[in-house]
Formats: sequence, structure tokens, C-alpha cells
Amino acid sequence: MKKIGRYIILAFLTAPSLVLASGRDVINIVGSSTVYPFATVVAERFGKSSKFKTPKIESTGTGGGIKLFCAGVDINTPDITNASRRMKQSEFNLCQKNGVKKIVEVLVGYDGIVLANTKLKPQMQLSLRDIFLALAKSVPATDGSETLIDNPYKTWQDVNPNLPANKIEVLGPPPTSGTRDAFAELALEGGCQTFSFLKALKKKNKSRYKAICHGVREDGAYIEAGENDNLIVQKLVANPNAMGVFGFSFLDQNSDIIQGSIINLATAEFESIADGDYPISRPLYFYVKKAHIGVIPGIAEYITAFTSEAAYGEDGYLTDKGLIPLDDAKRQMMRQNANDLQNLDL
Amino acid sequence: MNNTEKIKKSLNKRYRKEKRFRLLSLLAVLTGFACLFILLVDMIIKALPAFIQTEVKLDIHFDQEKLELAAHFEPEELQNANFRGLIKQSLQQRFPTVRKRSDKRALMRLISVDAEYQLRDKLQAEPQLLGETVPIWLLVDDDVDTYLKSDKQFGRVSQKQIAWITELEQQERFQKRFNYWFFQTGDSREPELAGILGAVMGSFYTLLVTLLLSFPIGVMAAVYLEEFAPRNRWIDLIEVNINNLAAVPSIVFGLLGLAVFINFFGVPRSAPLVGGMVLALMTLPTIIIASRSAIKAVSPSMREAALGLGASKVQVAFHHVVPLAMPGILTGTIIGLAQALGETAPLLMIGMVAFIVDIPQGVTDAATVLPVQIYLWADSPERAFVAKTAAAILVLLLFLVAMNGLAVWLRKKFERMF
Repeated sequence: MKKIGRYIILAFLTAPSLVLASGRDVINIVGSSTVYPFATVVAERFGKSSKFKTPKIESTGTGGGIKLFCAGVDINTPDITNASRRMKQSEFNLCQKNGVKKIVEVLVGYDGIVLANTKLKPQMQLSLRDIFLALAKSVPATDGSETLIDNPYKTWQDVNPNLPANKIEVLGPPPTSGTRDAFAELALEGGCQTFSFLKALKKKNKSRYKAICHGVREDGAYIEAGENDNLIVQKLVANPNAMGVFGFSFLDQNSDIIQGSIINLATAEFESIADGDYPISRPLYFYVKKAHIGVIPGIAEYITAFTSEAAYGEDGYLTDKGLIPLDDAKRQMMRQNANDLQNLDL
Repeated sequence: MNNTEKIKKSLNKRYRKEKRFRLLSLLAVLTGFACLFILLVDMIIKALPAFIQTEVKLDIHFDQEKLELAAHFEPEELQNANFRGLIKQSLQQRFPTVRKRSDKRALMRLISVDAEYQLRDKLQAEPQLLGETVPIWLLVDDDVDTYLKSDKQFGRVSQKQIAWITELEQQERFQKRFNYWFFQTGDSREPELAGILGAVMGSFYTLLVTLLLSFPIGVMAAVYLEEFAPRNRWIDLIEVNINNLAAVPSIVFGLLGLAVFINFFGVPRSAPLVGGMVLALMTLPTIIIASRSAIKAVSPSMREAALGLGASKVQVAFHHVVPLAMPGILTGTIIGLAQALGETAPLLMIGMVAFIVDIPQGVTDAATVLPVQIYLWADSPERAFVAKTAAAILVLLLFLVAMNGLAVWLRKKFERMF
């Protein structure tokens, strides 16, 4: 009993000294869960092919990541944050206020958001307007007057006579998800703008415009299926009439059982998303804290690895994982800027 | 009708009642058992493919020129030599008719991206292979692996790829082996490389910290409260609070850990040390409550006898009461630790839900734990991760069974009969 007591005391005394002895030699990355599948692949290869340790990547969401990133320049704060949208002015100001003055911005590519269903059923051919009418909370009245009514549509045929008479049933991410934000902004708002009186509203009453164009119906036609996209894919197989909303990489990995809908005449395929024909795609970024370059080993090398042609290039390994690359000129420029560590100025 | 008749008449009814109750109880047990059985069978069936890995035999010519190495090169230059080129060359020799660029890429996609690192390690270990041509078993890509394992019912490989695979199969260039890598490596984004060892070591270190902190503190607190504490209002207040703490949702402890341990004391983020500290807070109430009831159950005559023979209060507590209560204390501790083993919510706040490839070497290295690994794999787009997820769940269950087994063994070992 006495001996055990002595060991326990010893353990307590030595534990803090262990903590103090450890400096950080691992790059610390946080941020978007959309960029996570790509950043992790780069990190893993970087760890294998360089003398540096494999960076540690946390999936905190874009907003959460930027908050951690902008907390300060202390060595305990993250070195890099991933984002599935551009840093906002308010976030940039927060960074400046907390002493994170110099930030390098790297645009790595695009991610498409698809509306998919099982391959057992015919492929859907939708326009953004169809999507808006099917999923928005309130839609323009059917009589052509410029008034709004609660969404009355039950089937896709009600929305557009050319579509099948299936019940509208769409599984998608919850409001906390960045994918949902992007879907609302690109797909719903895109469809919303096809009504001229709603488009005109944007100038007059921006908050009301946003409420109408981003509002998703809550009567059961849009089902919040959680953040797990694999689960949505499984449910699409189980329920052939349902449609699902998720990132392109999940469609890519499951292309033998599900198909992406054609939207505004563009197929949900690699080429059409890269060309910009496919309307629902968003940019993916990462941000680097310049104050940590040279303090934490390997950050500059990681940037070089991410922006190398072998990684984010047209035939790079990230495209195998579903990343939509930038076009040649943009990629060249981005690589130049990133390797020169150009400061972000918002 | 006298009393005896009345009782006789009601007797049958009572028997029936008892029979009914027994049947229902049995049904309850069977339901629970069936659920467990279905879960286990489902997991095992899903996990089986994860334990088998396909390899392909390629003739690799370690060509100095193709490796882009000068005639005289430093050993470090091997690190970034063009090993991918060797695989390309070998595949091209095997399939000389493949000319189109996109076809060549599809052909390369049959082989795991890790194959080039496999070759590099091989050449670094055996430098004399330079210039030689040797047959080497390389990992295949996860899509091909799944295709071969699922009786060719997997649609992610193209028609052309199927033709190549069939050709390689006819030349008997595929072999299936036990996937020992799964138990030797950390996380990876390539399913064929992903292993569980990183998470197992992370869980081990985290629980070690939890045990070292919560066991002594918990037992001391319980001994004090039961043996030494005066009976007054303050002690009652502490008791109520301990019982309340046991019911606090675990994410609250995570927030506390973030605010106090990481932001105030500067403990490194994502490390088993901070994870263990947070989980220790969570386990403490469980241990204190279990230990107290174990101490309470020690018969008063033991205490009185020891006191009567002149032992001090401390001697009574540590020579007699605690050893006798040990089986109960240990059971409580291990139940608490098993609970901590399955936690993910508090770890989310302190950065242990992360992609970490390197296997942690100590309590301050970045690490993740088993349930987090399961969550991360379940969330990955690659289909082969479904099997990995199930396999990781089996490993977690095994861990739990081992811990419970330890609890039973310790209880048997310390139990004393009078």
C-alpha cells in the first residue's frame, strides 16, 4: 500500500514536467468538414514523403475553425484553417483584433452539391426554379399575381408538368451545416431570382428577400437527415422516390447506385462542374497564419505540397477524391501567390 | 366453504400467475439477448472484408534512370525518387496495348497509392536491389479490393478495369492475405491502409491518465466521506452534489476541460493527457458512489474489533476497511472507465476528434480514441470504410469485454470470505 502511494505521488509530480518539455512539431489544422476529406489526403502524403510529421486535422466546421484560428498567434492556436466559403469581413476583423495580422489565403478548388436519386429510377432533369418551387417555404401564387403563398406542391409534377408524379421527398443536411448554407444560397436563391418581383425585393428589403429565398419548407417534404452523408445515400437506396442533397465526392464514390440530377441542363459530372456549367458549386479555401511559418516546422512545405500539380492539378490525386480543380491560369496564379505567402487583405 | 377450500381454489390461479410471470421474464431476457446477437452477427458479417486484403504481384525493375536518380546519389535522395514511375513502367509492360492517357490513369488506379512508398521502403531496406527486376506483392486500390471480395458485384470499377483485373487473375497475380496492417497502422484516408492501432493506443493512454487521476482521488474521497467526515450540513451538501455530478451530460465536462485545462493551464490540445483529465472528472462521481457503497458494506464488527485491539482510525481504514471493500471499489472503477472508453462528446471540445496518422507515443502526443475513429470512418465517402467501421466496433467491443473480464478477475482475487 505504501509503495503504491509513493508511485502515485511520483506520477503526479512528473506529469506537469512532461507537459512543459513538449514543444509542438506537428502542424495543427482545423476547419470545414467539406475540405477535411481533401486536406487529410494531402496531409497523409505530406507526412509520408517529407521529413515532417503528418499534420493533425480537426473537422470543426468553417465558422468554428476560423474562430479558433483567429483566437491569437499563441503556439497553442491552429496554424491553418480550412473553409468552404471565403472568410467574412467580420471574421477578418476578429483576426486583426487578436493579433493575427498576416494571413495567406489559398483557393484550392470547387465542390459541387448534387441532388441525387437511386439509379433504379429515371434521372431527374431540374431547373433551379423547379428546386426553389419544390423546397422553398413560401412560393409565388400560382395565379401569376405577385403574392406569396405557403408551398402547396405535393409532387414534382405539380411543380413542373414535365417531371414525374412522385412525391417531393428530399433528404438533406440540417441548418448547422455549411452544405445547407451553400445549397440555400446557390440553388434556392438561384431559383428565387428567376421571379423578377422577388429579385427586385433584394434592393428594397434585403432581410425579407433572404427569408423568402433561403427559407426551406418545414412540412415534411424536406427531411433533415443529419450531417452524415453516407446515411443519406443509404436512405436513397432504401426509398427509390427520395432525393438527397450532398457533396459531389459522395456521388462520385457511390456512382454505381445513385445518379445526380441534371440541373439547368448541366449534368452533375466532373467536367461540367469544373467548367462552371453546373450551377451549384462552391469554392474551397484554406487560410495560413503567417506568424507560425518558421515556428512550426513544415507549414511552407505543406502549402507547396497542397498547391502542387500532383495534388490539386487537373490530374492530381485530389481529383480522384472528388475535388473539382481550378482552371489552368487560376491554378498557376494561386500557386504563385501561395508560395510567395501573399497577405490577405479584405 | 371453509378456509382450506378457499385456499385450494385460489391455488391454481396463483400457479398460473407465477407461470405467466416466469414466461414474461424469460421473454424479456431473450429479447435483450436477441438484440445483442443480431448486432454482433451484423457487425461480424460487415467487418469480415476488413480483415482480408488483396495484393497483386508485379515485376518491378528498380531502374536508376526511371527513378530519376543520378549515377551517384545520396541515400536521402531516395526519399523523393520517382517510384510511381516504376509501377507505371511495370504495368505498361504487362498491358502494352494501353495507350490512351485516360486509360493509363485508370490502369494506375488499380494499384494502391501507397505502393510507391512500399517500393521506397523496400529499396531503402535492401539497396542491392537497384538495377534488378524482382516480383513484388503490392497493395491493390480499395475499389479493386472491394470488387474482388464482393464476388465482382461492385460497380465502381469500369469495364476496362474489369478486363485488366480478369487478365491479372488468369495469370494468378492476385493473393488474399490476412490484413495484419489493420492492427499495425494509424488512420489513413485510403481504406486499404487505414488501421486501428493509433486509436487503440490513444484510448489506452487516455484511460491510463483517467485511471491514475480518478482512482486515487475517488477512493480517498469515498474513504473520507464514509470513515472520517463529521455528520453535518456541509457534508450533506457535498454528497448531494456528487450525486448530481454523476448525472451531468458529458459534453459539459468537455467545455470545462477546454476552458480550464487547455485555455488556462495550457495543456496541449488533442492529447490523451487532457482527454484523460476530462474523462477523469466524468468518472469521479461513479467511482466515489461505488466506493462509498462498498465501504459501507464492510461489516461494523470488523471496525469495532480493530478499534478494540487498539488500532487508530487511519489504521482501521487502510488495513481493514479498504482492502475488504476493494472488490466493490474496483468494479465501480472499471464500470466508470468502460463508460469513459465509449465517450466522444467531451473529446469533441478538446480536439480529439481529428485526423491523426502517427501512432501516439505518449500522453502528450496528439491522439484520437476508438469511438471517435468509428465516427470518423462512418463519415468517410469511400465505400470500403463501411467494413473498417464495423471492424473498429468489434475492436471496441473486445476492449470492453477485456475490461469487464479484468473486473471479474480482480473481484475474485480480492474477495475474502469470513
